[in-house]
Amino acid sequence: MSLSWSPKSLAEAHEALASGALKVAGATDLLVVDHATGRQHEAVLNVLEIAELRGIRVAGNELSIGAASTFTDIRRSPDVPKHARLLTDAAATIGAAQIQNRATIGGNIANASPAGDSLPALLALGALIVVSGPHGKRAVPYNAFHTGYRKTVLDPSELIERVIVPLPAPRVQIFRKIGTRQAQAISKVVVGFASDAPSRNALTNVRLAMGSIAATPIRLHEVEALIEGAVLSRELADQAAALVEKTITPIDDVRSTAAYRRHVAGALVRRLLLDLHESQTS
Amino acid sequence: MSTSYKFTLNGEETEVSGPPMARLLDVLRRDLGLTGSKEGCGEGECGACTVLLNNEAVCSCLVPLFQVEGASITTIEGMAPQGQVTDLQRVFATEGGAQCGACTPGMILTIRSLLKRYPRPTREQMREYVSGTLCRCTGYERIFRAVEVLTGQRTPEGVADAPVAEGARE
Repeated sequence: MSLSWSPKSLAEAHEALASGALKVAGATDLLVVDHATGRQHEAVLNVLEIAELRGIRVAGNELSIGAASTFTDIRRSPDVPKHARLLTDAAATIGAAQIQNRATIGGNIANASPAGDSLPALLALGALIVVSGPHGKRAVPYNAFHTGYRKTVLDPSELIERVIVPLPAPRVQIFRKIGTRQAQAISKVVVGFASDAPSRNALTNVRLAMGSIAATPIRLHEVEALIEGAVLSRELADQAAALVEKTITPIDDVRSTAAYRRHVAGALVRRLLLDLHESQTS
Repeated sequence: MSTSYKFTLNGEETEVSGPPMARLLDVLRRDLGLTGSKEGCGEGECGACTVLLNNEAVCSCLVPLFQVEGASITTIEGMAPQGQVTDLQRVFATEGGAQCGACTPGMILTIRSLLKRYPRPTREQMREYVSGTLCRCTGYERIFRAVEVLTGQRTPEGVADAPVAEGARE
C-alpha cells in the first residue's frame, strides 16, 4: 500500500511526516535508485508545494533561498547571481536543463552525496540551514550539517525549510569543477572558494571547500590558514597546492582514482590562486 | 493501493490510477499508450524521455506520478495533433536534424523549451539547452542549423520539403 501527500503548508507536512512518510523533492536521484533496485516506499510526501519552502528573497542581512527552489529558479533569480555567484555557477553545472528544472537545493543538501555540486559553494558562503521539525525550527551552520558519508543531522521528522546566505557575501567567489566532460558530468573534484579582498593582493576571511574528495563536502582549514592574509604569489599558489595534496584523503571509486583526485585538487587550487594573483596585479 | 491523479496531458484533462512513485515515462508509454517518449538511460542523462512539465523540459523517467497532480504535460504527441507536423518538426526533416530518430521526440521538446526562453537562440544557448539530450547521429550541427532556419537566422539548405497541414503551425 502506498500513500501520498502533497501538502501546501509546513503544518500539514508535519502531520504526514509523523506517520513516517518519505520526503520527495525533485526525485532526480531518488527515482534512479528506486528504479534500479525495485525499492518501494510505503508513504511519500511531496515537498515541492509547501509554501514555506518556496521563493528566493533578500531580507535584511541575509539571502534566503527556499529549500524547494530548483537550480533553474536559483539561476534565474535576480538575487542569487547578485550576491552568491558561487551558487549560480555551481547550479549551472548540475546536470543539464532537464535536471536543473527539477532538482532542488534542499534535495541536494539532504541527499548528502559527497559529490553534490552546490555543497562546497554553500560551505564557502558560510550558509545556514533552517530546519523545521514537529516542535519548531532550528538553524544549523552548514559546516555542521553533514556527520558522515550520506549522513546528516536531519531527523526523518524534520524538513529543510530554507538555506540562508549571510550578507554581505564574500567579495571573491570562485567555483571550479572537474568532471569527465564539460556538460552534465558528476564531479571528480569540485571547489568552492570565497574570501574578502580588503587590500591589494592579499585575501582575508578565506574559505576553501571541496567536494568528491572525502566522505562529506569539507573545508580545508589548514590551506585556508596558509592563504589567510598572505600576499598572493606564484610561490603561495605552489605551497597551497602542495598542502592540498598533503591534507586531503580522496578514495578510488567508479568515477576516478585517489591519485588523480589529489593531483587535480592541488592543481585547481594553484590555478585559482594564480588567476586571482593575475587579476589583482593586472 | 493505487491512487488517482489528475493532470492536463496535451491539453486534455487526464486521470490516471497508479502507485505514487510510478515514473511518468511508464505512465505515458504503458498506461496511456503514448510511446513517442523514449527510454534511453533511465537516469536523467540522455534526455530521450524529455517532456514539458508546466512548459519546462524534464526527464519523464525522473518524475513521480504523484507530483504531476494538477500540472500540465506536453509530449511529442501533443506537438503533432492528428498526425500533422509543426514548423519546428518540418525543419528538422528538411535540414537533416532528425536521422535515426531515437533522440528526436526529446530533442523537439527540448528545442521547444529553448525557443520559449530564447526566440532567437545563440549557438551557446542552443549547446547548453541540448547538452542533456544526447544525439549520436547529427553531431548537433544539423539540429542547430534547423533551429536557425526556423528562426530566420539561416537560409534553408533542405533537399526536400515535408508536408505541413493547416493548423499545425508553431
